[in-house]
Order: sequence, then C-alpha cells, then structure tokens
Amino acid sequence: MSDDLYRDYILEHYKRPKNFGELDPHDLEGVEHNPLCGDELGVHIRVADGRIEDLRFHGHGCAISQAAASIASEELKGMPLSEVGKLDADWMIDLLGIPVSATRRKCALLNLKVVRGAVTGENDWPS
Amino acid sequence: MPPVAEHALAVRADFPIFERGAGEPGSKPLIYLDSGATSQKPRQVIEALTRHLAEHNANVHRGVYPLAQEADEAFEAARGAIASFTGAEPRTTIFTKNATEAINLVARSWGGANLGPGDAVLITQMEHHANLVPWQQLCRERGAELRWLEVDEHGEISLAQLDAELERGDVKLLAVAHVSNVLGTINPVAEMAARARAAGALTLIDGAQAVPQMPVDVERIGADFYVWTGHKAVGPTGIGVLHGRRSLLEEMEPFLTGGDMIASVSMQETTWNELPFKFEAGTPPIAEAVGLAAAVRYLDGIGMDRVREHERALTELMLARLAEVPGVRVVGPPAGRERGALASFTVEGMHPHDIAELLGREGVCVRAGHHCAQPLMRCLGVAATARASLGVYNEESDVEALAQALVKGREVFGL
Repeated sequence: MSDDLYRDYILEHYKRPKNFGELDPHDLEGVEHNPLCGDELGVHIRVADGRIEDLRFHGHGCAISQAAASIASEELKGMPLSEVGKLDADWMIDLLGIPVSATRRKCALLNLKVVRGAVTGENDWPS
Repeated sequence: MPPVAEHALAVRADFPIFERGAGEPGSKPLIYLDSGATSQKPRQVIEALTRHLAEHNANVHRGVYPLAQEADEAFEAARGAIASFTGAEPRTTIFTKNATEAINLVARSWGGANLGPGDAVLITQMEHHANLVPWQQLCRERGAELRWLEVDEHGEISLAQLDAELERGDVKLLAVAHVSNVLGTINPVAEMAARARAAGALTLIDGAQAVPQMPVDVERIGADFYVWTGHKAVGPTGIGVLHGRRSLLEEMEPFLTGGDMIASVSMQETTWNELPFKFEAGTPPIAEAVGLAAAVRYLDGIGMDRVREHERALTELMLARLAEVPGVRVVGPPAGRERGALASFTVEGMHPHDIAELLGREGVCVRAGHHCAQPLMRCLGVAATARASLGVYNEESDVEALAQALVKGREVFGL
C-alpha cells in the first residue's frame, strides 16, 4: 500500500531505526521531550577533530519522530560541530521527504532539537 | 451483543457540526470520538448563546436600565439552572474560566490559608494535571506534603490505602477525579468523601468527565468542593463551575480581586462582596453562563440516567470491538466493570500519534498523547495512548467506524 506520509522507507526506518542505542563513552549528550505526547528522545555523541564521529539516539516516539532521527543520524555522522548549529527545520523536513503537517512538525524536529541542544546548548525548536 | 439500540438517544440531528464532513467538503463523515476533550454543541445551546448576544447583551450588576436588568436576570437564572442540575445551591455555585481555574481557586484561597508544614494533601495517581499541579505547587510553597493513592491493574484505587493514608492524621484535603479522563475509572467519590470527612479532611472532586455523562448530585456525594467545566457538557468554552460548602466559602479569602467582587473600596481597604460574587472578579462569563444553562436543560431534557445507559452500552460495544482488533490493548477497568464512556488503548507496533493520524484520515477523531496525565502514563508503562471518548450524539456506527479504521491503519503499517 502506498501512502504519502507513511512511505515504505519511513516505516522501514521506524521499524529498524539506524544508530539507535547507547554510546559509551560519549562526549556530548542531550534529552528532550515532545510536549504533544510526552515522548522522549535522547542522544549520545562522540566527537573527534571537531566533528561528530559517531552518535546514537535512544528513547521512543512515533513513526515520524523515529524515522526522522534515523535518517538524520546518517547525515550527522562526520558533520563539523560548527555546522550542526546552523541546521534548520527545512533541512530536516527536506531530508525526511514527506509532507509534514503543522501538528506533526515537532515529531519531525525533535531529533534536531536534541542534537543541536547537545552540541550548542541552544534549546529552541528549530525554525 | 450489548443492547446499544435499546438505549439509543437519537439526538445527533441536534448537533449541526455533523452536517459537515471530517475534512474538506465532500470528505468522509465526521466520526467524533473526542468528547473527553470537548463535546460538540447542540443547536439549542448555539441558539441560546447567539440569542443572548443579539437580544439581551449588557454587563451584569449595577446597571439600572431595562436591558441591564434583562442581562442580570438571564445570568442569575442561568446560575440557578446550572446549580440545580448538579443538586447545588446558586449561592455556592461559582463561575470560573474552567475546571482548572476552579481547582486553583480552592488551592489558593483555601490551601493558602489552611495548609502548612506537617499537613498533607492526598490525591491519586490518575489525576489530570489540573488536579495535580496546583496541589504540587501549593504543597511546595506551604511546606506541606503531597501524597497519592496508587492505581491498580484494573485502573482502580484502593479504599484500604485511602484509610491507611487518612489514619496518619495529617491529611487536610483529598482531591480526586470523579471519572478518570484516561482510564475511564469511576471512583467511589461519595464513599471517599465520607471517609475523608470522618478523618477530618476536606474533599475536592474533579467532575470534569463525570457531569457530562452521568447524574451528579453534589449534595449526595457530600464533597466540600466539586468542580466541572461547561465545554465538556455540551456547553460553551470559557466557563467552569465550582460548587463549595457554604461555611468554607464564607471563610475563604478571594482568589482573584478587582471589580464586581467587592462590597466597598477605599484607597486603603476593601470589603468583599457576598457569595458567590466574592469569587467572581471582573466581568463574568455571562453569555457562556446562558449557553451552559441551555446545555444543562438540554441534557436534562434527555435525562442523565438515559445518557448514562446509552454511554454504558456503547462503551461495552466499543470495548468488545477493540478487543477484536489484533494488537490492541485497552487500559483501565476491564469489560464488565463499571466505567466511564471512553477507551484508552495502544496498538502494538504503532505509536498513538500514528494511530490518531491514520484514524483521522478515515474521519475518526480520537486523541493521542499523555492526556495531561503523565504520572499515570508512567505507572501504566506507556508513553502515550490513543483515546476514543463518547458523547450523547455517538451511535453504534461510530464505534464500527473506529474498529474498521484501526484495521485499515494496521494495514498501512504492514501489521
């Protein structure tokens, strides 16, 4: 069955998310909640040469938030920390590649909020 | 099969919202299963509101011209109707913005003066944040202790634990939901209030979910404070109700201060107006009160016993239908036990948000999330649930649509 939102690759990432688990030791970490549902998403980041060498997400969430974290994790690996702070909502939504409604926007952006928070200490929702 | 048809109310035609579809024009029919969040409004309420605004609108109190007197009469007649609907006196029936504000009023005005170190407030693990956070804040500020009754595997609390807590002798107030907005549990509030009273503790009952679906008589329950809200009881938003014991309300200081709640004011000092006005600072929700009065007249016209029977039968059917969908787990009292008109559930392999999104496409409106009860969610071992809650306008076909949409949603997820 083809679905605009729940595309095969989204469900695939949801069911088998990449880079999920713990990463110890790690250099940076963060945890955030989606106020809509109370879902929690945390991240462990290992840094080398000013870049994200490796990272793992942990927590639970809906298909959109889990798939977004999984997809983003692949892009974030190797990214200079200085660039992470510049990532915005469009980056994540484009990467996700599905039409995200206003009510589900925070689901899609939760992982970026966590990662940006861990790297820059900035806790705003990506805009 | 439960005798749903026998208890059918057949009032859907009174609710204009069902003339529209679930989304864009031409979309699927609206299957509204979110009455626990807010109810839809019958034409009788909408017309009463607009008629008041179009024909009788003026501010209340102290206006001497005829129109102002009409507004006064409409407002106080509304208070009378609303009070009598729940077996209360108009004088001790106070209008607030919502149930949350009513609880805050008691926490601030009563708690602020009567609670201190060594005292405890007792709540339950199933409270809505509205009946948790105000007590948490109050206890923190006053150096009192906040304790709670636990919820068992049937989503119920234990009267033995209540007795044990009361026996400690420090409980000044018991605050408990009449009907849980997540579990649907109906708490034995009259019994709880009696036991609290015997132990020298006051009781506040959060009736936000109860008043819309069952007969409620606050005198018979015997609580010291009973709060509820208009918009869940087919009335408008912007109006909540606090029923309080008169002797307590007389003693309490005002919650909000300003106009309308005063007897006389000098630059140095103010004396308070009589009840209920002492607790209604500023212009009150006048049109909302008129609308809510129309709402309780509407519910009275059906009869709250019939509403309860209808929703009991429909809830049984909903639980049976949900049990047939693979992977569905309903929380709260199991089928066959007394419970309110809702079902909170999870579907294995699907997050509640995704369930709600997929049901929404089929026109089925349910709520997903923590339902403002995060401590309860943690106790149930879930982050969130989907919740289908019923109103007077729901019919058997709505429950069938829910079950069918769930099956379809599982297919999207490859389940």
